[in-house]
Amino acid sequence: MADERIRDVSRIRRAMIRPELGAIAGAVLVFVFFLMIAGDSGMFAPKGIQNWTVVSAQFAIIAVGACLLMIAGEFDLSVGSMIGFAGIVIAILSVQWGWPVWFSIIVAFAVCMSLGALNGFLVIKTGLPSFIVTLAFLYILRGLTIWLSILTTQKTIIGGVKQAAEGDWLAPLFGGKAFRGLFQWFADMGWIDTFSRGSRAGQPVVEGVPMLVIWAIALVIFGQWLLTKTRFGNWIFAAGGDKQAARYVGVPVNRVKMLMFMFTAFTATVFATAQVIEFGSAAADRGLLKEFEAIICVVIGGALLTGGYGSVIGAALGALIFGVVQQGLFFSGAESSLFRVFLGTILILAVILNTYIRRMITGEK
Amino acid sequence: MDAPLIEMKNIEKHFGPVIALGGVSIDVHAGEVHCLLGDNGAGKSTFIKTMSGVHKPSAGTILFEGKEMNFSSPRDAMEAGIATVYQDLAMIPLMSVTRNFWMGNEPIRKFGPIRMMDFAHANAVTMEEMKKMGINLREPGQAVGTLSGGERQTVAIARAVYFGAKLLILDEPTSALGVRQTANVLANVDKVRKQGIGVVFITHNVRHAMAVGDRFTVLNRGKTLGTASRGNITPEELQDMMAGGQEMAALEGSLGGTV
Repeated sequence: MADERIRDVSRIRRAMIRPELGAIAGAVLVFVFFLMIAGDSGMFAPKGIQNWTVVSAQFAIIAVGACLLMIAGEFDLSVGSMIGFAGIVIAILSVQWGWPVWFSIIVAFAVCMSLGALNGFLVIKTGLPSFIVTLAFLYILRGLTIWLSILTTQKTIIGGVKQAAEGDWLAPLFGGKAFRGLFQWFADMGWIDTFSRGSRAGQPVVEGVPMLVIWAIALVIFGQWLLTKTRFGNWIFAAGGDKQAARYVGVPVNRVKMLMFMFTAFTATVFATAQVIEFGSAAADRGLLKEFEAIICVVIGGALLTGGYGSVIGAALGALIFGVVQQGLFFSGAESSLFRVFLGTILILAVILNTYIRRMITGEK
Repeated sequence: MDAPLIEMKNIEKHFGPVIALGGVSIDVHAGEVHCLLGDNGAGKSTFIKTMSGVHKPSAGTILFEGKEMNFSSPRDAMEAGIATVYQDLAMIPLMSVTRNFWMGNEPIRKFGPIRMMDFAHANAVTMEEMKKMGINLREPGQAVGTLSGGERQTVAIARAVYFGAKLLILDEPTSALGVRQTANVLANVDKVRKQGIGVVFITHNVRHAMAVGDRFTVLNRGKTLGTASRGNITPEELQDMMAGGQEMAALEGSLGGTV
């Protein structure tokens, strides 16, 4: 006997009512807006697309980590400082100490993921809110980064990584470009502009897909798959939804949270490594405010700040919105202060829509 | 009569200077609903928490299927076959019925080295088990938050039964429910009993207890006031034992009816 009070739900409605709807609507709005006001500025030419794709990809990489951690019920405010710290570690080890770049990168990953584990350990053992514990690490890591940098080089910017990375096997995985041949072919076919003069004459203006973008896509696919298709994903939802109920049925809540803190640190280190290899230098002030930008992407993407609900695809769309709006400022040449107003408006609208949809899905009051 | 499924003998539990349980003994047989009654603070919650492995008893023995047990976590008790459905911790409302149903026991499908959750199987079983309990889900992906309180309790009961519980502990499953939902949950308790599962049913509502109970034990101030079988005790007697007799009679006199 079906309940006569439950109306049949149409397919369209069912397809519409998803956690990501707010982010999808926001992304459409942002693209329409910039097509209208900056459509002829080169923003949607190959070079322009590459520009905002890279920025969005940067946001997406840290948003995936922040998203899974937030669904598991915790925050990490030390992501930005971790980015600065990882970069400086790589630069000091490879440039100052002369270690191979690949080994420096691996050490940076190991150190940062251990710090992520320490964050998780402190949160679990003390029972303090992760907001406070990771806020402490926001300061501790930033301070250590500046101190280490000054101590070894008397500067807060360490250059020379590009030369050190020549011929390294691991560095191109973070700083290179993929599908070069394909893009050369696009250029030969006349689909992409080529340089007409200088040493790079005949080469396409966009040489390939930056590895940063490949990382972002791979992490988003991995995150979404982990969350929605695996047993561990169910544990992430359970740990953030109600840790006591999850414990009672045998979900290893502490292990899940610990691993998510480490994964967040991993994404921060990917971000840092790609930036260091790309710029050829590390700076102690890199990654400032990135933790909040990651959290904003995640929230635009439909995640609940208190955990237990969210979507990696949504967070990636949040990152896309962020990247497009930020780079759209330059292309449209408009008053940049007004665009912050625009970004703030999108944030509020997306979150209001998300809250409304979430209530429809979960029956929350 | 065959040996009891579980025997709790002289269970004591002290929290510092407070004696929460001062020697409580009950036993539950397979296929029996044993109601544990008591007013707030009588020690019902503490008692079932020792039974389900949350608390270690300060003194006393637990025999489960004739063997002495020393549970150090809820997981131990669960593996032995004791499942507990807590009143408010039964389900996670933000998650789907399927995700809740399989939480902690997710079915796995392997693709070479890759292990994924087998949603096709999980969804099918969830729909089937819900149907047996008289709940027709719109879809297995429906969030638990969209279900009523009674339906949530039922999902939790169905889950415990499906994962092989031999003893099911229900912590006040009907206390927050309406009349119709209460009837549904009680009907499901009866179904579970008929499958040969022992049920411990905690409540402070005598009528709910009388509706399904085979035996009744009343707790008061951390002590058992005795156990009675169905037919040997009236609801009024149970009520009086729970509330402590005289005072309650006076109160009811002033209210003009049984509470």
